[in-house]
Amino acid sequence: MRTLLYALVSATVVALSGPALAKDKLTVYTYESFTADWGPGPVVKKAFEAECGCDVEFVSVADGVALLNRVRLEGASTKADIVLGLDTNLTADAKASGLFAPHGTVADVNVPGGWSDDTFVPFDYGYFAVVYDTEKLKNPPKSLKELVEGSADDKIVIQDPRTSTPGLGLLLWVKSVYGDKAPEAWAKLKPKVLTVTPGWSEAYGLFTKGEAPMVLSYTTSPAYHMIAENTGRYQAASFEEGEYLQIEVAGITTTGAKNPLAAKFMAFMTGPKFQDAIPETNWMFPAGKTDKPLNPAFDKLVKPTKTLLFSPQEVAANRKAWVDEWLAVMSK
Amino acid sequence: MRKRHPADPRVSAGIVALAAIALLIGGAFAGLLFEGAHDFSGAWSAFDPYLLRVIRFTLWQAALSTLLSAIPALFVARALSRHPRFFGRAFILQIFAVPLALPAIVAALGILALYGRAGYFAGVLALIGGGSWPGIYGLSGILVAHVFFNLPLATRLFLEALQTIPADQWRLASQLGMAARPAFRLIEWPTLRAALPGVAGLVFMLCITSFTIVLTLGGGPAATTLEVGIYQALRFDFDPARAVTLTLLQIALTFIVVLALTRLGANVVGDTNLPVAQRRYLSVHRSETWLNALLIILALLFVVGPMAATVMAGLGADLGRLASEATVRQATLTSVVLAFLSALLSVMLSLALTMARRALALNRRAGAKTLLEHAADTGAGFVLVVPPIVVGAGWFLLLRHAGDVFAIAPVMVVTVNAVMAMPFALRAVRPAYDAASERHERLCAQLGIAGWNRLMLVDWPSLRRPLATAFAFAMALSLGDLGVIALFGSDSVQTLPYLLLARMGSYRTEDAAGLALLLGLVCLALIVAAHWLGREKVRDA
Repeated sequence: MRTLLYALVSATVVALSGPALAKDKLTVYTYESFTADWGPGPVVKKAFEAECGCDVEFVSVADGVALLNRVRLEGASTKADIVLGLDTNLTADAKASGLFAPHGTVADVNVPGGWSDDTFVPFDYGYFAVVYDTEKLKNPPKSLKELVEGSADDKIVIQDPRTSTPGLGLLLWVKSVYGDKAPEAWAKLKPKVLTVTPGWSEAYGLFTKGEAPMVLSYTTSPAYHMIAENTGRYQAASFEEGEYLQIEVAGITTTGAKNPLAAKFMAFMTGPKFQDAIPETNWMFPAGKTDKPLNPAFDKLVKPTKTLLFSPQEVAANRKAWVDEWLAVMSK
Repeated sequence: MRKRHPADPRVSAGIVALAAIALLIGGAFAGLLFEGAHDFSGAWSAFDPYLLRVIRFTLWQAALSTLLSAIPALFVARALSRHPRFFGRAFILQIFAVPLALPAIVAALGILALYGRAGYFAGVLALIGGGSWPGIYGLSGILVAHVFFNLPLATRLFLEALQTIPADQWRLASQLGMAARPAFRLIEWPTLRAALPGVAGLVFMLCITSFTIVLTLGGGPAATTLEVGIYQALRFDFDPARAVTLTLLQIALTFIVVLALTRLGANVVGDTNLPVAQRRYLSVHRSETWLNALLIILALLFVVGPMAATVMAGLGADLGRLASEATVRQATLTSVVLAFLSALLSVMLSLALTMARRALALNRRAGAKTLLEHAADTGAGFVLVVPPIVVGAGWFLLLRHAGDVFAIAPVMVVTVNAVMAMPFALRAVRPAYDAASERHERLCAQLGIAGWNRLMLVDWPSLRRPLATAFAFAMALSLGDLGVIALFGSDSVQTLPYLLLARMGSYRTEDAAGLALLLGLVCLALIVAAHWLGREKVRDA
């Protein structure tokens, strides 16, 4: 028993202690799916390390919101030089924390609607969309209005805006289309909502298990199924009113402002070596220049007729009131 | 009082355990309050009409879940205790510990695979109900999932209590020709009743803090628990003061319910004689045998159903590739090591608390319980309603000035999991310890056996099996944990559930199903091992 315990303890110690550090180091906090084996992390790390002759250390948490909280929890003593993976719904709060430093350059990026923020730089973007199962739903809704007013038999799984980024995305989408009439729209949509899950994973899991023919996801979701699974079964519906945009950004922390590698990484991030990895590992659209053309599957995706987006300030100022409004209708 | 009795080492052990727990929870609160002290506006604004509805729903679903888990569990446990040679009994009991290790979303998907809109039973259910089957979304779904988690747990704990009934009592009952009904009333019920408040309280606490299950199966935000509010406060809103306020509210509500539950209980007068009978004399009537068998099989089917669906889904994954992935192997090792250490710590904590409570109760003889005894008794159990995210966030805030937060991540995961599993372990250990103490206390006092010698020579033989049960539960619980790891997890500490959720979060649903199967198998293997180590050598239980 004692030897077993000893073996286990030493195994833990070995497993948990990293290699000794000698080279200059850049610490990047990001979300988990970025650093996963199949995510952009490993490719990006290798490419940047070859360029800078330094060590890149990724630290990942569950998602973008957890990422901001992690940095806020650590405060000014954070080890992060760069925080990569916030979206524009979080940048106002992130700036208000005082933990981020201006990047001081003109970001060479191309995102719908243009970009002019002095602190954060986009690295990819995507659109929220209603993804449907072509085997279950022959006539998908052609507009948000059709979704809202359609038959209650065609269920959709959505996410909770209190806990999930796509959930908040749908809330903002409905708000940007319906404005003051949003509560009425939600009241009409309510009978079609099968359930409201805490996060994207649960919702998409229910959808692929066949519990509902529709789910709130991204326009790029079908690209994964087409490229990785070779199936066109799951498609995104195109809505007349347009799709709501999500832009993912990175920023330099006050800690990183003292590390010259941080600015180098930001420049690298919008270049082809980073951007080429984005489409088929992060399943989003590249925000900077790429060397390789996108996989043809991306051409088949829904192209929004109109891009919808609230400014970070509008979101920060109204989020709570809008969530409460949603809650009042949906919890009746 | 204290001067006449030399300090009992058992009480000291309990004080150390309590201090450790108090430090963990108090430290977290201190960290959060220190951060949130400058702004309490969010905390006050939390008290709105919506909160009242949330409280009502939280309590309602938890009360119903407790009722539906604990009452059937009483009868299933009794059935199992009356048939010590029931076919596959040991295996059934081991299976019953597995649900605890399943992450909520895995269980939810398993349950939906049977009773969902596209579930195996959807066709049959549609025929019965007429029209298309709407699935079990809503209160019914929440209840089914909670019973799935808690019925097996409650059954195991009740059975643990029933097994403390001395064999002599059964011999006497047999000699008197006692039928099933009076035997239940005179022998089994008093023991079950003594265990009831503890077990029901535990189930209640688990249900009151339910989060993923309530949201996923609840059908909409009308089904929301306080836990969701706490999570929200720490997530999008980052409002530590509100998180602490809501947590305290959750503790207060639980306290009231647990207090009410203790009224249901009774103190059993244990048997102070050393057992004479070598084995239990039980004659069960034929018709009762059939009824018991039916009860056990029904409970088993209910628990095994969603697990079988999980296994089926898992077999569809590319298991060979998964098993060969370095990430998966590393995560499996990390999970096993962390769960083992948590379980070890958890069992030690619960044993210390059990011993202290018993020693204090003995010293007191009559009169009111001291605060210390209350704390060691039910007080420590309240850690269950402190959300791990609160503990994690609080310590993060506290430690960020002290140094490297990453380095303490594994320590944090082990400690929090150990403390969270402690109430389970406590329920498993306490009936056996109290019963053994009742028999051995005087003898030990006369012979002057105390401390370590007493634990190893006198208590160990009767504690062996319940300790193994406690260990198995604690391990299963830590194995499935996602609360702490979600906050502290980094690339160096990835556990199986964490990996599972990561795969699910990036379209790899099949991989996730495969990992769920792997997690279940690892858990079962560890439980079987724990039981093998804890098996009784002397007499048959």
